[in-house]
Amino acid sequence: MSFSQREKLTYAFLLGFGILGPILFPAYTFQIAVLWIMVLFAQTWDTMGGQMGYNSLGNIFFFGTGMYICAITQVGMFYDVGVYTAAHGADKAVFTDTQYYIGLGVGLLLAALGSAFLAAILGWTVFGLRGPYFAIGTLAIALSAGELIGAWEWVGGGGGIALPVYPGSGDGKSEFFYVLCFASAIATFAFLKWLYTTRFGLALNAIRDDEDKAEAMGVHTLRHKTVAWTISAFFLGITGGLFGNMTGFIEPLEVAFPTITFGIFMVAMALLGGKGTLWGPVLGAILFHIIKETTWTYFLGWQWIALGVIIIVNVVFFQQGIMGYLEDKYPHWFGVEVEESNAIDDQAKEATQ
Amino acid sequence: MTNIIEVEGVSKSYGGVVANHKVSMEVPVGRITGLIGPNGSGKTTLFNSVVGYQPIDEGSIKFKGQEISKMNVQQIARLGLLRTFQQTRIYGNMNGVQNMLISVSHRNAAFLDMFKPYPAEMKDKAEHLLEFVGLYQKRKLSAGDLSFGQQKLLEFAMALMNDPEVLLLDEPTAGINPTLINGLLDRLHRANTEFGITLFVIEHNMRVVMNLADNIYCLAHGELLAHGTPDEIQNDQRVIDAYLGAH
Repeated sequence: MSFSQREKLTYAFLLGFGILGPILFPAYTFQIAVLWIMVLFAQTWDTMGGQMGYNSLGNIFFFGTGMYICAITQVGMFYDVGVYTAAHGADKAVFTDTQYYIGLGVGLLLAALGSAFLAAILGWTVFGLRGPYFAIGTLAIALSAGELIGAWEWVGGGGGIALPVYPGSGDGKSEFFYVLCFASAIATFAFLKWLYTTRFGLALNAIRDDEDKAEAMGVHTLRHKTVAWTISAFFLGITGGLFGNMTGFIEPLEVAFPTITFGIFMVAMALLGGKGTLWGPVLGAILFHIIKETTWTYFLGWQWIALGVIIIVNVVFFQQGIMGYLEDKYPHWFGVEVEESNAIDDQAKEATQ
Repeated sequence: MTNIIEVEGVSKSYGGVVANHKVSMEVPVGRITGLIGPNGSGKTTLFNSVVGYQPIDEGSIKFKGQEISKMNVQQIARLGLLRTFQQTRIYGNMNGVQNMLISVSHRNAAFLDMFKPYPAEMKDKAEHLLEFVGLYQKRKLSAGDLSFGQQKLLEFAMALMNDPEVLLLDEPTAGINPTLINGLLDRLHRANTEFGITLFVIEHNMRVVMNLADNIYCLAHGELLAHGTPDEIQNDQRVIDAYLGAH
């Protein structure tokens, strides 16, 4: 089987699963929607962490800000946000169907743009940091954002915000958001797949391999880094907006800026699948989500230990992740042909001829 | 004869250590200029200053008449003044062709250019230059898997891909076996004559530098010791004492 056949088969399988999954297993619609959110997490993290080698621990920041921007837009277009949040849902605010859909549409758009804008601004400061300092710096951004939102009464503070209620049945809501999550995951994948074929993709890899060299060759490194983060943030903003509406109620620490759950999961998933590869984050997210849900359901009490074991085994023994291992071991599966090469000595002679 | 690089009275200290003291030199356009000196004499420091790696304490560095001593590394590289590293630096996880393509000059890159694919003629050029340095067969291997000598050749090809006006080479033959050195020497000459690139070369191998350069500067203890043709340098008593043969 050639590389393109294998890839087509994978597309067919994933599309089939994405379409048939909620039809065959309607009770799991919400779970599969979360699976696509996980795929979005891993893909957007990998743009920075895998392709560019900047391990951000704070990407969850854009998920949270997207969530809040979306929520505030949805409420603020039709009500006074301060009054709405002060009532803590006690004063029933009613949204008509039209108001709901327009609010959601505009909210998601602003979530994406707002997160991207924040990434561009923050990029100018945090990209002075490299390696572990970048990881800690970005983590600090996410943590402090959670605390700041928690202290901001206008947006509900630590008490959070109840989102407008979906105008329809519970099943209808699941299906509606399922479609949006699935579509977002596909759109993000398609966009990144294209992006990695452009000059931009090579520049990210060059920054990962040797940023000083890239600078010495005149690559606009800061520009590329900032745009990469902006792209991550754009899609994460949408993801946050969607997830906030799926849960229906958001608050800063557990839902919007969950640094120790989603914030770490996105890293773990990309590492498990193979960072810096196109399919790795997708595969990693799917496996991770299945393992996570299984342990949560059947080994309750041991779930964190199970996740910890996976992360440790992954990081200590299996750093390339699954796709990285396969690409290394079976390069021809991925369309890489290595020509029969002569011994190094012959090459050295050849080079001198 | 016009000078493409003019270094005038450049000093650079690291704390109390004076690495360069009022160094002045000129690199004539279209020629090959050598820079020699004992270890720790300030050669690499001077290179770093020229390409903007570090701010200089005093003096002036001009490229084609333009003051560049306040510019940063990327800006200087985009002007067409490029350097290779003493410790070879290539992009280890990318293959040979990718290493070449990302080395295409960003001199006139507009913002949206980064989302364009590479045109076929750039790929052709990349393969042609890989052929030029004898790495064509290895073009699909990860650059990190190449031998040290091959990585040096790749780094040189990457520099050529960038179409620089001046190339600063920091010990291009260090750590390369003698057969490969002859090949590299030939490629350096051809880069100068066929591609019209001005070369400025730090080199410890006397046979190489005397063959390659048409004028040579010698540094010692951070100061300029001598300047002249290879013959003049070889017969200069101060150079011999400081570097070539004194024990």
